[in-house]
Amino acid sequence: MSRSVKKGPFIDFKLEKRILEMNKTNKKSVTKTWSRRSEISPDFVGHTIAVHNGNKFIPVYITENMVGHKLGEFAPTRIFRGHGGKQR
Amino acid sequence: MARIVGVDLPKNKRGEIGLTYIFGIGRSTARNILKKAGIEYNIKVKDWTDDQITLIRKIINENIKVEGELRSQVQLNIKRLMDIGCYRGVRHRIGLPVRGQSTKNNARTRKGRKKTVANKKKATK
Repeated sequence: MSRSVKKGPFIDFKLEKRILEMNKTNKKSVTKTWSRRSEISPDFVGHTIAVHNGNKFIPVYITENMVGHKLGEFAPTRIFRGHGGKQR
Repeated sequence: MARIVGVDLPKNKRGEIGLTYIFGIGRSTARNILKKAGIEYNIKVKDWTDDQITLIRKIINENIKVEGELRSQVQLNIKRLMDIGCYRGVRHRIGLPVRGQSTKNNARTRKGRKKTVANKKKATK
């Protein structure tokens, strides 16, 4: 079920604060975050956010098209290296 | 023969059903259209008058996306997902189920026909 519109998008408080701070000072630096559940708001556009995938941080450059998706969608947690195939 | 937005409607079906032969129109949209046009659901397609057909055409043209336009919109939506490199886009790219279904068995609609992997040859002694 989708989230109630009444509540607005969920963004981790700390992350949002940091991004807004950067917007104010016009600085751009990579922000590390574990908050995969945060939704990308229009404020994020143009920033690079390093999203944790359980192992390491994946840098994600936020473009306008990504608004409304969650950060976690851009940092896959599983690697699939293909099945079987030729024996080495 | 009623021809609406490039699709021939079956003439022996009820109007409500006949309209669903157009891509983008299901039962409920068909009912809405007919209600707006003031036509009974149960009148067969062949019994529509020319005026009624024009009216239906007008309603469809003005209010809903159908056929080619709708198809291209769907494709664009998928392309958007693929371009931004999100999880759903990746699943579309490699042709696996997008909505979290299990892929251990089945999922054949997305994966296509079964590709049998040859058995390992037994070691001969």
